[in-house]
Amino acid sequence: MAQVTGKFNLYWPGRNCSLRRPLFSKILFECMKAKIIVTPKKAVVDPQGKTVQSALEHMGYRGIKAVHVGKYLEVELDGSDKEAARKALDEACHKFLSNPVIEDYKLEIE
Amino acid sequence: MKFAVLQFPASNCDQDSVHAFRTLGHSARLLWHKETSLGDADAVIIPGGFSYGDYLRTGAIARFSPVMQAVQKFADNGGLVLGICNGFQILCEAGMLPGALVRNRDLQFHCEQVFIKTNHFDTAFTNKIPRDKILKVPIAHGEGCYFADEATLEKLKTNNQILWQYCDAKGNLTPTANPNGSLNNIAGVCNERRNVAGLMPHPERACESILGNDDGKWILGSLIAALEEKRTAKAA
Repeated sequence: MAQVTGKFNLYWPGRNCSLRRPLFSKILFECMKAKIIVTPKKAVVDPQGKTVQSALEHMGYRGIKAVHVGKYLEVELDGSDKEAARKALDEACHKFLSNPVIEDYKLEIE
Repeated sequence: MKFAVLQFPASNCDQDSVHAFRTLGHSARLLWHKETSLGDADAVIIPGGFSYGDYLRTGAIARFSPVMQAVQKFADNGGLVLGICNGFQILCEAGMLPGALVRNRDLQFHCEQVFIKTNHFDTAFTNKIPRDKILKVPIAHGEGCYFADEATLEKLKTNNQILWQYCDAKGNLTPTANPNGSLNNIAGVCNERRNVAGLMPHPERACESILGNDDGKWILGSLIAALEEKRTAKAA
């Protein structure tokens, strides 16, 4: 198996090769990635965050003011129109991916 | 009376609800979540369970099921809708009830009998409950901690929308009687129009004395009485 991979690498750019990224992600497949971070609102009791915080303190980590446990969502998208994607995902975050009553979200598109 | 009990993937109190209404002498049928019409139902029950595996948030996916549009329309026309446990979560997610339900204060799933106090008796869900009666009802949930922001809570209080609160056997609203950390011990609320209500406890699981508890009958019985009254008023 190792031998095959070795041969393959002779004419195929490796995972960390700078040639590979522009060639495949930009030219052949135009795509974007949205990163959404959902966190509980400050006013909402976050027992998970509190439990993690006390566990960290128990382990000896000092100076921890607060821990908030949230969610991270990664959405892969076709195309390259970031503005349109942002508009659509902003709506989706508000309507579905987060609950504005209890959660805040941050949306990044790259 | 005809009751429609919604059925989502991973609903698990749907059969209990149907059984409870049939035991009380009424007709009840299951309605698959892909249906777009409620047919001739007089009232809608959204049962407990773990619709869509509780993915993302409890009730977050179920609220977009086709049947929920029909339920929304039904409620807009004044139809009676009761959400139990996961049904309560779905109604909150759908914005048909104020607030939201989050993880229990102690992160534990609570499956036990609790006491609830009824605050207002002028709704279709509480009219037959004897005044001063403390109901003993089962709960079974991991995410039943009711939350609403301050403005919403004020509104709930002014409009008498907090129908049920967790209490001890004597009716005192103590922190220890609150199984999940709900704001103000809230166990169930209704909407402003008072035709949609939701509660975390399971009245449908406590409707027969053979099960050791039939206090749930007061809640389901109220709903039946309200519908019967509505029908008589219509016929007159």
